[in-house]
Amino acid sequence: MNGDHDARDHAPHHRAGLWPAFAAGLVGLLFGAGLALGGMTDARVVLGFLDLAGTWDPRLLLVMGGGLAVTALGVRLAERRGRPFLADHLQLPTARDLDAKLIGGAALFGVGWGVAGYCPGPGLAALAINPGEALVFVPALLAGSWLAKRSAR
Amino acid sequence: MVGLTTSAATLALGGGALIGLAAAALLLLNGRILGVSGILNGVLDRAAWPGRTAERGDIDWRIALLVGVVVGAGVAGWASGAPAPRTGFPGWALAVAGLLVGAGTRLGSGCTSGHGICGIARLSPRSIVATAVFMATGFATVYLLRHVLGALA
Repeated sequence: MNGDHDARDHAPHHRAGLWPAFAAGLVGLLFGAGLALGGMTDARVVLGFLDLAGTWDPRLLLVMGGGLAVTALGVRLAERRGRPFLADHLQLPTARDLDAKLIGGAALFGVGWGVAGYCPGPGLAALAINPGEALVFVPALLAGSWLAKRSAR
Repeated sequence: MVGLTTSAATLALGGGALIGLAAAALLLLNGRILGVSGILNGVLDRAAWPGRTAERGDIDWRIALLVGVVVGAGVAGWASGAPAPRTGFPGWALAVAGLLVGAGTRLGSGCTSGHGICGIARLSPRSIVATAVFMATGFATVYLLRHVLGALA
């Protein structure tokens, strides 16, 4: 008898139905298209940016600049509005500590990024752009993340 | 020395703006930060530790977004006549890179999108520090590999 009430009590989490997933799919399409147009799905372009002593390729800086400008605007709008259109509240990171885990993790990530020229987004996008490489990189990425989480427990 | 054509620079800025639009939309619609490593880890954790992690309604949007990234990059790369993908890059290097990027972004709580774009746009001190660190170790790694060891160039 209480089943219906229970379902209704939990309803706010699902109120928006399929819309959040639909919106996220469109967001992913935009993001992937932006990566590809900016040259970021080509690991040679990324390594060209990281190679300060070579023929430096500034595209990653331009992509970050364009991305930052528009995102900063979005952050302002979202914070002013408060409640998102398809969810109950904004979910922003709350951690404040500049700890060894943050810095050590970022350092490891940078080394891996410099080895192959892939960060997680372009690495996933490579499933469509360069599947021969992505079929090695993506499983290794998942394994690394899994191992790091397991050892941190 | 810098090598870049005007059209490539324009595409990079435009691609960055699309990425920013995607990040702004995810924040305004779903109230979420567009960080690829974090979004991917939500799915990985659900598969690796079922029942102990995110609630069910938290998974669909993540999968939709990740699929969108792959499809969006594939379509935009094809439509914009992206150059032929890199070939001959050693598999062991892709595997090492994947492990480091996966572990590093897990420990460091973010990657180029989450820290480098969304976090800096929010002026998060953690993200500013993490981005400075992964950029620095990325530059150092490419310098060491290409200009000291003469490897993977």
